[in-house]
Amino acid sequence: MASTGPTTQRFARTAQAARSERAQKVAKWVFGAMALAMVAPLIGIVTYLLYRAWPSLGWEFLVDLPRKGMREGGIWPAFVGTLYLVTISLAVAAPIGVLAAIYLNEYARDNWFNRLINLAVINLAGVPSIVHALFGLGAFVYAAQFGFSILSASLTLAIMTLPVIIASTREALASVPRAFREACWNVGATRWQTIRAVVLPNSISGILTGIILQVSRAAGETAPIMFTGAVFYKAVQRGDLFPYRLGDQCMALSMHLYTVSTQVPNVKESIPYATAIVLLGSVLLVNATAIAARVFMRRRKRW
Amino acid sequence: MGGSSRIVEVEGLRLAYGIKEVLHGISFAIDRNEIFAVIGPAQSGKTSLLRCLNRTTDFIPSATVSGSIRVDGDDIRRVKDVFGLRRRVGMVAPLPVGLPMSIYDNVAFAPRCSGMTAKRELDDIVERCLTQAALWDEVKDRLSSLGTALSGGQQQRLTIARALSHQPEILCLDEFSIAIDPVTTMRIEDVLKGLRREITIILVTNLVQQARRLADRTMFLWNGEIVELGPSEIVFSDHPADRRTYDYVNGIFG
Repeated sequence: MASTGPTTQRFARTAQAARSERAQKVAKWVFGAMALAMVAPLIGIVTYLLYRAWPSLGWEFLVDLPRKGMREGGIWPAFVGTLYLVTISLAVAAPIGVLAAIYLNEYARDNWFNRLINLAVINLAGVPSIVHALFGLGAFVYAAQFGFSILSASLTLAIMTLPVIIASTREALASVPRAFREACWNVGATRWQTIRAVVLPNSISGILTGIILQVSRAAGETAPIMFTGAVFYKAVQRGDLFPYRLGDQCMALSMHLYTVSTQVPNVKESIPYATAIVLLGSVLLVNATAIAARVFMRRRKRW
Repeated sequence: MGGSSRIVEVEGLRLAYGIKEVLHGISFAIDRNEIFAVIGPAQSGKTSLLRCLNRTTDFIPSATVSGSIRVDGDDIRRVKDVFGLRRRVGMVAPLPVGLPMSIYDNVAFAPRCSGMTAKRELDDIVERCLTQAALWDEVKDRLSSLGTALSGGQQQRLTIARALSHQPEILCLDEFSIAIDPVTTMRIEDVLKGLRREITIILVTNLVQQARRLADRTMFLWNGEIVELGPSEIVFSDHPADRRTYDYVNGIFG
């Protein structure tokens, strides 16, 4: 090959190469900056909340009752109330959602009926929470005559989280390659044997993640529970883990935060911030557990 | 066991996916204990034919099958126990699929699905099948490690061991060698020659030479129709019955 001089020019830096290199650098910095821009507000919010909440934070704040018309004291009834609502709603929504998703993804044929179900799931996931609240009020409080109660509120939250759980579970199931299923079918396994031996073990971490992400959603929503069972104030025993029955009304953190921030005058300044920290902290704790579980199961995932 | 020497009888088999027909009414029969090769270019319906044999077409919603297929005298459309049918017809897919479980569990999966639980019987089956698939010596010390962690060629032999684990009467191999090296291919071919004493082998292949090496009879399938079916000596000779067979085998068209 004709070469231009003693040192070959074939690998020399061309103008084109320099341009692409510059573009590549710019792209890297822009994307990096955006990632940073996303983390910065999170750190900012948490720091600011902690700073403002500091005077009230402590074990006492968690286990004590609100006192002097919510102007002092703690948040125990609201904390336990949220615990109740989230646990019961997920205990209802998770099994139904997962089993329905397994049916839709593994058994259902592609016909008009199942397409209708799919459409319904997708649309339900997009319904605003205030509409769910109204539905819960009509369906559970009045029609089913559960009254304004933990049961009504939990079921309303369950209806709200159900479609998202179905969607995320289907996603997790669909991520298991079809070749695995065909290999099982080819040796004479039934669909259920295939699901149990191959599909579920390899999608369980994704399924659990999807469910646990709904914890934060259920804990944070105010509208659905306000309409169906959460109240302004309810006295319970200090530190009592089981103060409520299913038919009772209850307090909840999200609602309490709204109340102390906007409805009560002259609240000690740090109380709303401390309430927010408890809400945020519990949700982050649950999410961290989810991540730990995911890492643990991911290690057992086998391809 | 039926007394007939025909183990598979196919008559007027048509298969369509939606409105697109891929098999246009083909008829043939396969003898017991022969190696029966199916050759033909891509899209000629080879894999679809295998899917009909073990009724995995059931899993494709748009598929419609007509015509009759008899396996050992039983019309497969009428078998009550389709899972039993699939155990009688072993299937090895083109790409090796180690299931995401241990090597032992991969082979023991099918027997367990049909209700076998005794540890000793399972141990025997695992050892026998892995030996038949020429894999036992390589993996006998690490049966509990993952099937998916094996190399491609080993996974393909694991797939064959899995297909043998339910003691099929017919073993279908769908282009088993496209993902593995020539040395492993030759080892598996030796395995197949050994197996034919016990079972019937249907070999779908793109490698004309492979069919010539192994098969007693060869069927040339093209666009969903049988161009030629006969003893391999004739199909691969200089004067097959159909000019197109000669052209395909010798790479003149395709």
